Amino acid sequence: MTAAAVPFTNKRRREITTPEGLTLPLTIASRSARAGALILDVMIILFALIAFHIALIAVAGGLIDNMGSAFSAAPSGAAEFLQILLIIVVFLSWYGYFLVQELGPRGATLGKRILGIRIAARGQGQAAARLTPEVVIARNLLRDIEVFYPLVFILVTAMSAYAGENSGAMIWVAAGWFALFLLLPLFNRDALRAGDIIAGTWVVEAPRLQLARALSARPASAAEKTAVAPAARPAFTPDELGVYGERELQVLERLLREDEPAALATVHTTIATKIGRPAVPGDARAFLEAFYAALRAKLEQDMRFGKRKADKHS
Amino acid sequence: MNFTALAARLNPFGQRRNSAAPLEPVNTALRSDRFRLEREADWLRLEAIIKRMEQGKLGRISDEDLLALPALYRTAASSLAAMRETSLDAATLAYLEQLVLRAWFQVYGPRLGFFRWLREFLLGGWSRAVRALSLDILITLGVMVAGVIAGWLLVASDPDWYYRLVPAGSGQGRVPGASAEDLLATLAPADEIGGLSTFAAYLFSNNAGVCILAFALGFAFGIPSLMLMVHNMALLGALLWLFDGQGVVVELAAWLSVHGTTELFGILLSGAAGLHIGRSMAFPGDQSVLASAAAAGRRSALVMVGVVFMMIIAALLEAFPRQLVAGTPERFAIGGVMLTFWLAYFFLYAPRKPSADEPAA
Repeated sequence: MTAAAVPFTNKRRREITTPEGLTLPLTIASRSARAGALILDVMIILFALIAFHIALIAVAGGLIDNMGSAFSAAPSGAAEFLQILLIIVVFLSWYGYFLVQELGPRGATLGKRILGIRIAARGQGQAAARLTPEVVIARNLLRDIEVFYPLVFILVTAMSAYAGENSGAMIWVAAGWFALFLLLPLFNRDALRAGDIIAGTWVVEAPRLQLARALSARPASAAEKTAVAPAARPAFTPDELGVYGERELQVLERLLREDEPAALATVHTTIATKIGRPAVPGDARAFLEAFYAALRAKLEQDMRFGKRKADKHS
Repeated sequence: MNFTALAARLNPFGQRRNSAAPLEPVNTALRSDRFRLEREADWLRLEAIIKRMEQGKLGRISDEDLLALPALYRTAASSLAAMRETSLDAATLAYLEQLVLRAWFQVYGPRLGFFRWLREFLLGGWSRAVRALSLDILITLGVMVAGVIAGWLLVASDPDWYYRLVPAGSGQGRVPGASAEDLLATLAPADEIGGLSTFAAYLFSNNAGVCILAFALGFAFGIPSLMLMVHNMALLGALLWLFDGQGVVVELAAWLSVHGTTELFGILLSGAAGLHIGRSMAFPGDQSVLASAAAAGRRSALVMVGVVFMMIIAALLEAFPRQLVAGTPERFAIGGVMLTFWLAYFFLYAPRKPSADEPAA
């Protein structure tokens, strides 16, 4: 419900142009959200594989032990089949997990969905582009080299250095090189990792909002109820409305939608004082709704004539 | 308002829509809100369709809804354009923006399912992508041949190099100074079939990993990919030198060719795919570096999917025919057939592109 758009970070806002010529705003997913999504995905794969392994041993563990000892060196057909199954399952889940999900209609793995982000094609310039299977494949093939190899390599290097082994300067050069890959998203504006650069994708926020109530519209019955004392609230004069602009209107809209009585009372007092009207306690919401409707009507009318007023200072 | 706000807060994933669509007749003072109220039924219908598409439940969308989708999408898009010029209702604008964006992702999303894509890929898409990389394949082939020669010359000048090139333990008795009989023994077929299919699965997962590495390293202007090629091929050169010294190089070539024609072809393709990306980033032409890298990445990703298939085939060949077929001519025949097949598939098999509306892949 608190759906009012408050662009808290304009640095991450981008615009794409659809083939209809409409510009749509996108928000680049934050780097922390992406790291979190990756950690979630890896955990999901790991736990699923461990569970699979345990289930396999529970079901067929006896088979492997008995057959293995009975027929000495050569593994039995059944046991060998299970080994192959395991290798193939590990390979497929490692690469298939990301591929299948990102090719799906949501364009996101489970971890990304939980964090509310998805992948999208970057496109040429501003033009929006279509996500295709080869794009998704390209970005996922690079994940190993840029995330997991570096992590393993740096960990191993650090551990061998800790153990006092002299592994030479080359190791540190290589570690630095890997670190560069790993930290690549920190060094560009769009938080692209190497796979995103190669595939032409980026990761954006996938907002899901519900249509909020129209604030000026109220059921006819309710309108009659509040209209009992129209004299108590005369129409606002253009001078009174002229003190605020669009920014203040949006703040007011958000407050009305959040509907916190204490905040409404404070703002009621502020506005009433500013335009020189008595602030009747208990009347905050009704006053603010009327003021909001009047202010919006005025600003929208000006807008139709090409006059915009960004905020109270302009 | 209090109740709906509370309910929405308690149930953020809920499907409550009652707050949005007043069924009673309404009074509204604002033209922009009248505009909205006239159209919001269409928006909500679009949202319901999009939601089902996102859940992958295409079958649950009625025919009328599916037919109405393009019109609903355009309605929402033009509503958004109009409201940006006439309305200051930030919440409704934000809702419309995300709705149109979600609809855009669905309407212009990946159109092919995975299996239809796979079919198109095998019937032409793959060989087309390989042909697009012809220059890189030639360069990589040259580098690989140079690597073999370098390995041979290095070991010929100083046999100690053999131990540096070939990792200890993997030689299985193939060391300088071994007799021809010892060397041939390492090429003999396995006595029993036991364990070979596990071996194949292991080989596949290992080789596919090496190929993906060769591809991914191409990102650094292709140089690491080429270095990886040289290193691997130098190993081969050293092996060839070793067997040549005892006059059994033909037997080695036959043994290698069973799976090697497929496996080395796959490595060649992945190195070429890596080089293709590196080259496109180093010399982007009149495109931006990012656009050039992305276009190259799409082409080479297709090749890489094919390489994974080739690695499956190579692993099967390596585990079964190579270990079970003994004769040198038979081994050459298998390897030769595979090589001919790949060359014909990539360079002779060129069906026409099925759809023209997709930008060149």
